[in-house]
Amino acid sequence: MPELELLTGGEAVAHAMRQVDPDVVPVYPITPQTPIIQGFAKFVADGKAHGELVDVESEHSAMSAAIGSALAGARTMTATSSQGLALMAEVVYIAAAMRAPIVMALGNRALSGPINIHCDHSDSMLIRDSGVVQLFVENAQEAYDMTVLAPRLAERPDVLLPVLVCQDGFTITHSAEPVELLADAAVRRFVGDYEVPHALLDLAEPATQGPFAMPDYYFELRRAQVAALEAALPAFRDVSVELARLTGRPLTTVERYRLDGAHTVVVALGSTAGTVKEGVDLLREEGERVGLLRIVSFRPFPHRAVARALGSARSVVVLDRADSPGGAPPLYAEVASVLYGSGADLRGHVYGLGGRELHPEDLREIVSGEAPAYVGLRSDACPV
Amino acid sequence: MAALRTWQQLEPGGAVVRAEAERVRTGGWRTGLRPEADLTRCVDCLLCWLYCPDSAVVLDGTAFAGFDLDVCKGCELCAEMCPAGAIEMVADA
Repeated sequence: MPELELLTGGEAVAHAMRQVDPDVVPVYPITPQTPIIQGFAKFVADGKAHGELVDVESEHSAMSAAIGSALAGARTMTATSSQGLALMAEVVYIAAAMRAPIVMALGNRALSGPINIHCDHSDSMLIRDSGVVQLFVENAQEAYDMTVLAPRLAERPDVLLPVLVCQDGFTITHSAEPVELLADAAVRRFVGDYEVPHALLDLAEPATQGPFAMPDYYFELRRAQVAALEAALPAFRDVSVELARLTGRPLTTVERYRLDGAHTVVVALGSTAGTVKEGVDLLREEGERVGLLRIVSFRPFPHRAVARALGSARSVVVLDRADSPGGAPPLYAEVASVLYGSGADLRGHVYGLGGRELHPEDLREIVSGEAPAYVGLRSDACPV
Repeated sequence: MAALRTWQQLEPGGAVVRAEAERVRTGGWRTGLRPEADLTRCVDCLLCWLYCPDSAVVLDGTAFAGFDLDVCKGCELCAEMCPAGAIEMVADA
């Protein structure tokens, strides 16, 4: 029997980082990511991880240093949340454009304002179009597994992009669960050596990274980035098959939960999927034909897998933990583009902003169509 | 000038590798003046090599060996820095 440890999502990711043993970790603390980097810093201080932990002065600097070290030829990881990601955003776009395979743990937290420390996905959505891979996990075990997988995905020669492992702030980062860790040696073997093309420290073959691109090349370079992000879907499948041989827990770009014969399918990201599964079980017991489609890979968005999973649904309900004021919420917009022309009934709800709880029983009204557009919101008589 | 490449032909992130960089002949942008060295006065201090922003100073080991006019832009820094008065800017032919 594998040994289980009681770990929070943050601690589980710190263990994954210790086992991956990156060469460089430039990082700045921010709630709710702090336990990740605090845990990893302790491993470094205790000699259990051997990389260079760089105490930078801001997240902007963290990502800047990460680009330099990743392109120099050093395996690089970092972590942040919310305002940290907002401050880092400028450089996140550059990291993707420079094709720097940095792995970042993100503890999802609402963006200010008002200032708040709890979970929603507005920070992830802020950098939705930056060209980075964003993988949303459901629990601490998956946060661990995904952090072990992430370097291999990021460093694939056809991908070479930053990979964000997104875990819901507090709900996952601070909640203790039984987690099964792989043996240190197994993780080291799985991640292997770090290689990038044209490493800056390869003095025998010097190269210029991040050159100025005028109208004659900017468009081509952006298109190449799109192809790299799209390549991350098949790459994810390859790498996850390999990892599943070690863990016995296959990771997929979408998870289908009780979709067989489901008339109504709820679509959600992150830890909320656990809540929705409870709700689906409740409703199934009451005879409702309902299921859940959990999106793991939000970027790249697995359009084909989603289309297949939603193929026979009569109605689809999308739960967004981020809003797009004046427009369609991000997950809703994505699912709507998949379902365009399918004839399926599509509804969307925004829930859980700033850490507002969603409960399994809330699913009853969400599925029946009686829930307002903003679920869990205190509101005067006029709904919506 | 080489034909513009398609998006599939680019290095990841648009990295410029050595073979490619060597094809770039920025000397065509020169100001109209080029440096000329008087080797009888040169003391091989290599200040010109150190200061040249375009790596246009060619060395033979640790000795000054001339200028690579394919990349020299005629900025005159080498002539300004030379403590031996061995570099003079002359009109480009």
